[in-house]
Amino acid sequence: MAFANLNLGQKVSVKYFIGAMVLFIAQMVFGLLAGIQFIQPEFLYQILDFNVTRMVHINAMIIWLLFGFLGSVYWLVEDESGTSLVGYKLANIGFWVLSIAVTIVVLVYLFVQVGSGTQASLWLINEGREYIEAPRWADIGIVLVMLAFFYNIAATFMKGKWSGISGVLVLDLLALAGIYLAGMFYSPNISMDQFWWWWVVHLWVEATWEVLVACIMAWGLMKTINARREIVTTWLYVEVALMFGSGILGLGHHYFWIGTPEYWLTIGGFFSALEPVPLVAMLVHAVYDTGTKNLKVSNHPAFAWFIAHVFGNFLGAGVWGFFQTLPQINLYTHGTQWSASHGHLAFFGAYVTINVAMFYMAIQKIRGGQIFGSALVNKYRWKTSLALLNIGAMGMTIALLVAGYQQAFIERAVEGSTWSGFFEAQTNLTFIASMNWRLLFGVLMTIGTFVLAWDLLTIGKTNDSKNTT
Amino acid sequence: MNRENYWASQTFWKKCAIWVTAVMFVILIFLTFDSVSKITAGTERVPEYSVINKKVFYKYSEARDILVPEICCEAPLFGKKLSNDEAADLIDLGKLTIQAKNCMNCHTLLGNGAYYAPDLTKAWLDQGWINESIRENLMVDFLLDPEANARSFGTNRKMPNLDLTEDEAKAVVAYLKWMSAIDTNGFPAWFKPIYQEEE
Repeated sequence: MAFANLNLGQKVSVKYFIGAMVLFIAQMVFGLLAGIQFIQPEFLYQILDFNVTRMVHINAMIIWLLFGFLGSVYWLVEDESGTSLVGYKLANIGFWVLSIAVTIVVLVYLFVQVGSGTQASLWLINEGREYIEAPRWADIGIVLVMLAFFYNIAATFMKGKWSGISGVLVLDLLALAGIYLAGMFYSPNISMDQFWWWWVVHLWVEATWEVLVACIMAWGLMKTINARREIVTTWLYVEVALMFGSGILGLGHHYFWIGTPEYWLTIGGFFSALEPVPLVAMLVHAVYDTGTKNLKVSNHPAFAWFIAHVFGNFLGAGVWGFFQTLPQINLYTHGTQWSASHGHLAFFGAYVTINVAMFYMAIQKIRGGQIFGSALVNKYRWKTSLALLNIGAMGMTIALLVAGYQQAFIERAVEGSTWSGFFEAQTNLTFIASMNWRLLFGVLMTIGTFVLAWDLLTIGKTNDSKNTT
Repeated sequence: MNRENYWASQTFWKKCAIWVTAVMFVILIFLTFDSVSKITAGTERVPEYSVINKKVFYKYSEARDILVPEICCEAPLFGKKLSNDEAADLIDLGKLTIQAKNCMNCHTLLGNGAYYAPDLTKAWLDQGWINESIRENLMVDFLLDPEANARSFGTNRKMPNLDLTEDEAKAVVAYLKWMSAIDTNGFPAWFKPIYQEEE
């Protein structure tokens, strides 16, 4: 690989992207194991139980997406600031600290799994709180690495020049790091625990992460289709206004049933119903930019994934979220496969897609900046992985939605949410068929991920080197 | 950008972004202060930990059109009435155990978690425990040896043995009892509780 033409930030970025891809594969493998366990509960029983496979599945996802975001920001920082990264060594140290910490955490998840009911277990093994299971020592490490990262990015922009995109990006990173602190405490009171836990989970994935990807998207549109800076920056501000305008109080849709006061039913229902609006704006923005310019795409796979991001974000986070966001409906769907259906398409559509787009932006430059267009050799590979991943994610989402419908009807509406009602729904033939379909589409996604890795390793290697941007 | 197009200008939307974010965040802070005061243990919606000394049951509220928890007469857990501090210690051990054993990656608690195993929000009141007199012991037996006492209702889905000590198992039962007394605005929907003897 030709790293000589990469700037310092991009050299760090490549490390993050490789780490992200490895964890992406891990996420898929553990997702498959968990999917099999839904159908064959004896599979790995008492060896690698569902709570472990599922935890590794969702944690690998969170961490690889974070690796991808960090990599993406390092990728664009020098280009956007017009100067070199201030702390190249610091960035490398941050990468290795984070990678070693993640490795230790995963090994402990797999080989220690659970501890006794003591604070020590929470500090050293697993916090037992969905998505932020990482033990407390790792939390502290994550915060330190994020602070170093924040310093590096903010200081680089301060040394170089600021832009609308970088201004939004830096403030968003500050919020993203700060919000994580809300999840770093223990409370015996589960209502209090979940109240702050949602500050992290919701204000990350439904607010700060969305704004972060909007920044990456704005930069990406300028690079892939030469969109005008004024237009993407104005749209970015529109999106920030709409995203934070709806998403901050949209937090209330997680406060319907955790012991919090009834006013959240109104506030959460209203603001979260508005949450799809910025996602529609993003869709309009991308289609507008694409359609009105004399379109010349220099990186077909990256652009295809940017488009997949726009539609996936709108459908997965927007439409699928809206389905069940009103309290009258959520009372029956909360905590069923409806949530899993929404979660799968939202994370894929909003965040996996844009990270993959950035992988292709990076590999294009690594391969000498050649045009990834119709002359590309073996272009069937990127198209195959794009198709497999998107069809797999969509198929899995529909299958889980059907399962969720059965669960909401049988377990909740008919059986009154008892344990026997839960199993009544789980043994329903349509539910079981849906879980089989989910596994099948999961296999497609996993194959797609391997094809993606293969493509990234080989794309552009055999092209004519004169065919450059 | 001329005046007619001010609404479409970068300056206008930049100001909008800043003001909207700031206003929403300030509102969230106010609501957070209010909510935190209302979900502190020992308030109307989230009972104090010593509620485990009382009987917890479910009653229809006509005004709210939902089932709400009701707390009445003495019903000490495992036949022993605990002081406030003892109850708080037991609940603390229960919560630490629930987190350390990673319950949330199979079950949901207050509807949040994984969907592989039943929701635990009102597990204390579930009909599966047959009647109130044998419930707590059945729950402890189950937690200590979930494989032998599997309650998978004809499926093969069994809880793994998580090596709980007897103290931890009792603390988890206490936790489930306390959690069942939280006012969750009617979640889970129209829950059918265990047979409740009239007092």
